[in-house]
Amino acid sequence: MIVPLILAGVALYGCFRRVDVYAALVRGAGDGLEVLARILPSLVGLLTAVYMLRASGALDLAAQALSPLLDRAGLPGELLPLMLVRPISGSAALGVGAELITAHGPDSFLGRTAAVMLGSTETTFYTIAVYFGAVKITKTRYAVPAALCADLAGFLAAAWAVRLCFGANS
Amino acid sequence: MSLLWTGMVAVAILCGLATGRGPEVASAAMEGARAAVDLCVSIAGMLCLWSGVMEVMRRSGLSEQLSRLLRPVLGRLFPEAAGDRRIMDALAANVSANLLGLGNAATPLGIEAARGLAKRSPGTANDALCMLIVCNTASIQLIPTTVAAVRASAGSAAPFDILPAVWLASALSVCTGILACKLLARVWRRFS
Repeated sequence: MIVPLILAGVALYGCFRRVDVYAALVRGAGDGLEVLARILPSLVGLLTAVYMLRASGALDLAAQALSPLLDRAGLPGELLPLMLVRPISGSAALGVGAELITAHGPDSFLGRTAAVMLGSTETTFYTIAVYFGAVKITKTRYAVPAALCADLAGFLAAAWAVRLCFGANS
Repeated sequence: MSLLWTGMVAVAILCGLATGRGPEVASAAMEGARAAVDLCVSIAGMLCLWSGVMEVMRRSGLSEQLSRLLRPVLGRLFPEAAGDRRIMDALAANVSANLLGLGNAATPLGIEAARGLAKRSPGTANDALCMLIVCNTASIQLIPTTVAAVRASAGSAAPFDILPAVWLASALSVCTGILACKLLARVWRRFS
């Protein structure tokens, strides 16, 4: 029910403020299509690589090697590829995350945690590159470690928040 | 990114040969490309719809109201810029665009704020600039539409039921980033 309510609320507020609601909606939807066109080519490249990695068994090996460490933090090893790729590329993370969500089910603990991880972190290195590039900063001082701290906290908090909201075996 | 991709493919082939799963790797390559297109098609509708809703929010002045609400908080986070009206406006607009998930609108606004902040120390990231970076690298989006679209296309019963968990995780991540910034600012000053 929450989605129709938001839709109606935004539309009513828009009418009240004398916005051409339908024109804005259609225009925005066009922007959405542009976003899609921008991520499709990189998704093709990345999902190909991810599927190959998965079929080769390399992901299972890496997850096995690191699972004691991840277990202690309450994170399933299957989420490792997502965490590694998240700060580097947004579309790659979306590809890896979507793969996890479909494979394990969107309403499973793993699927939910993957979704929360995607929703609560950003493409850190891309953002840093854009901002520091735009204002010509070469001495970045502590910006990168501080940003990575936030990412790590986001990953840990994602698993914790899903447990809190849905229980451990949801 | 090129290195990462090439590395992924190389590792897949080496590992596939070592474990005797060569044929599976070969067919997976074809499957992956098709899966990417399938994914895009299945999330297209929801992604476009939400982009449309966001545009209505922007035009009806909802983002402006948000940024007015944010101004007092931002004054605390960026004491160096509190006196500069233009920087504060850009900062507030940047953060509220991020909250609404308008990434394309947020970046130019953030860069405008960064330009103002960078004038005080050309070439070096000062404390305020580091804070701005952390606020933009930690996601604060209120409605993660793309993820919800992916969940919906995977058959989720309620694609938006993760919202509280996303808010919780985002809040913890942003707070950690801000704390790390404040702490590291002190450490850095002592050792340099």
